[in-house]
Amino acid sequence: MAFAAFATGTAKEQAPRRKSRIALLLLLPGILYMMLFFLVPLVSLVMTSLQAPVEFGDIGEYETAFRWENYVVAISTYGEHILRSFGYALMATIFALLFSYPLAYFIGVKARPWPLLQKLMLVMVIAPFFISFLLRTLAWKSLLSDEGFLVSSLKALSLMAPDAHFTGTGAAVVFGLTYNFIPFMTLPLYANLERLDTRLVEAGGDLYARPATTFFKVTVPLSMPGIVSGVLLTFIPAAGDYINASPQFLGGPSTAMIGNVIESNFLVTNNYPAAASLSIILMAVILVMVVVYIKRSGTEDLL
Amino acid sequence: MATGSFATSGADLELVGIQKRFPGFTAIEHLDLVIPAGSFFALLGPSGCGKTTTLRLVAGLEDPTRGSILIGGEDVTHRKPFQRPVNTVFQSYALFPHMTVLENVAFGLRRRKMAKPLELAQEALELVELEHLASRKPTQLSGGQQQRVALARAVVNRPALLLLDEPLGALDLKLRRQMQLELKSIQEEVGLTFLHVTHDQEEAMTMADTVAVMNKGRIEQLGAPEDLYELPHTAFVANFLGQSNLFTGPVLEATSHAIAVEVAGTRVLVPKARARKHSGEVTVGIRPEKLRLLTEAPPTTAGVNTLGPGTVTDVSFSGVSTQYQVDVPGADSVTVFAQNLDFGPVVTPGTEVWVSWKVDHGFGLEDSASEEAKFAPELDTATIAVQAKRDLAAELEVS
Ligand SMILES: Nc1ncnc2c1ncn2[C@@H]1O[C@H](COP(=O)(O)OP(=O)(O)OP(=O)(O)O)[C@@H](O)[C@H]1O
Ligand SMILES: [Mg+2]
Repeated sequence: MAFAAFATGTAKEQAPRRKSRIALLLLLPGILYMMLFFLVPLVSLVMTSLQAPVEFGDIGEYETAFRWENYVVAISTYGEHILRSFGYALMATIFALLFSYPLAYFIGVKARPWPLLQKLMLVMVIAPFFISFLLRTLAWKSLLSDEGFLVSSLKALSLMAPDAHFTGTGAAVVFGLTYNFIPFMTLPLYANLERLDTRLVEAGGDLYARPATTFFKVTVPLSMPGIVSGVLLTFIPAAGDYINASPQFLGGPSTAMIGNVIESNFLVTNNYPAAASLSIILMAVILVMVVVYIKRSGTEDLL
Repeated sequence: MATGSFATSGADLELVGIQKRFPGFTAIEHLDLVIPAGSFFALLGPSGCGKTTTLRLVAGLEDPTRGSILIGGEDVTHRKPFQRPVNTVFQSYALFPHMTVLENVAFGLRRRKMAKPLELAQEALELVELEHLASRKPTQLSGGQQQRVALARAVVNRPALLLLDEPLGALDLKLRRQMQLELKSIQEEVGLTFLHVTHDQEEAMTMADTVAVMNKGRIEQLGAPEDLYELPHTAFVANFLGQSNLFTGPVLEATSHAIAVEVAGTRVLVPKARARKHSGEVTVGIRPEKLRLLTEAPPTTAGVNTLGPGTVTDVSFSGVSTQYQVDVPGADSVTVFAQNLDFGPVVTPGTEVWVSWKVDHGFGLEDSASEEAKFAPELDTATIAVQAKRDLAAELEVS
């Protein structure tokens, strides 16, 4: 008896250790991947952002240093672009949410009795993904251009001033961002609303809540995880986007976002430290905003 | 809107010619029902007979295909749920998972702008003995606790009409008794109207003023619990509400106050006032506890029916009483409940016995027992299992 008890005792003690070793083994590829493709580039990016130009060197020649002033220069030079990026991204996120919520609600809740309609609408939401992001944005550029049908008819109806443009304005950039990120907002919302327990909505009505009250007191809080993931999936890439705001697409000289600035510093003026420090700033600001947002919306489980 | 106020009395409920069809299925055939204000009305019936559907129609969560619903004399057929003076304790509880227990209970009060919603909610939680769990989320509660929160959330609103869909199903016997008393006292205190759905016939009989037995989307019979039990009108009610011994035979003779039916070669008398049908093939019944078991042939006495001799086939002792199964040739197996006035069973299997009962205790049905055996395909598994068992037993007897 004692022997048996002893044996099971040691087996129990060993079990967790063996398990953790297996877990480690399973995690190893992931850890290696992260080291190679996340940690190494991140360290290299931080080092680049602190580099100083080589004295009497060519344009684009830099040496390792600890020039933290790069950040000060980046913020003072491009503060406006940083603010504009987050402003545009915020607006695009709000518009995408306002557009996607009713859509996702319809597909996920109202269309439940017609599964075929649900699937068809989902395909319609996803279908634009099959065409390149660049092509779609270019298509919008020509649709919204001054020669396009929309602008010319608005001008003919005197709803737009004869010398006004739509492409090249902030509105066009926000429109492009909204359009391009709508599927990223709709899909998580749909995934959440599809599981919405309509009996709770019925209970709200039974307890004297008007449909609007039930929506804000029951449906929205219950779909919070979907809203949070949709907002993150839209806001983060939108803040760093440089396609929509580029003058070659929907933007103009006055609509440059942080992504466009990083691009021009990196590829045009070869100012690698400035581009790197701007990237780090973008990353840090997004990180802080995301953490604050998730904490405020009470969905810490996502972290 | 100014501060709301509670209903000062119950409202009566009237269902007129209600029919409810789902795509491809008729859940309620035709329902006419009047529930007077301030009464405790129980709806009893097997699974899937349309009880929840009836409540949902009254609450406004489902639209009737035909017919109208009146609450307190007002036609509410086309009103939205939030406009009806009705609250429901849902069979699935439907507690809001993102709110604390206290906020769940205060939800209806806040919507109606009642003064001091949290205090009233706290009181309601005390009523169901959950005041110590007020700050928890519903997912952190046991099934029975969730059910009591659902009860508190509806009761706290003191609606003119309260709909309860198996509100005590998940509670243990002691708690269930206690909640039954609480419910009854709330109902009597304000004179609210309760429409209570239950599977538990004992609960229905002890709590309700009126019990309705529902079957396949129709109300089979409706009345005071004692009347329903002592004088069932159909074979379904006779067997759903307690147990019955049913015998079918031709009417031999009908006098001014009784009919005589031939059962197993014997004349069985039933008072005319207690029989629904007075000619042709008639099914008569008697409750098992009204039967007396005799070991000798009794002398023929006026006012007493006797069947026998038969053989005791099964004896099962259950403490308070003993159930005997007696095989009487020509009649089905007869069940007798005898109180254990003495120690243990009085007879053993194989004994030859007679059963007798007072003529006044018998009842005559309007349909026959065999009709009841025809099951609709959409009956619940328990009924199907019982039916299968009966079929099997019948087959074994034949071979
Ligand atoms: N939305 C619906 N669509 C189709 N049929 C339905 C729908 N809701 C209910 N039914 C059917 O209507 C019948 C009555 O259902 P209901 O929920 O009223 O039963 P119930 O008497 O409450 O049963 P239980 O005691 O098991 O709760 C059932 O046969 C059910 O399958
Ligand atoms: Mg039900």
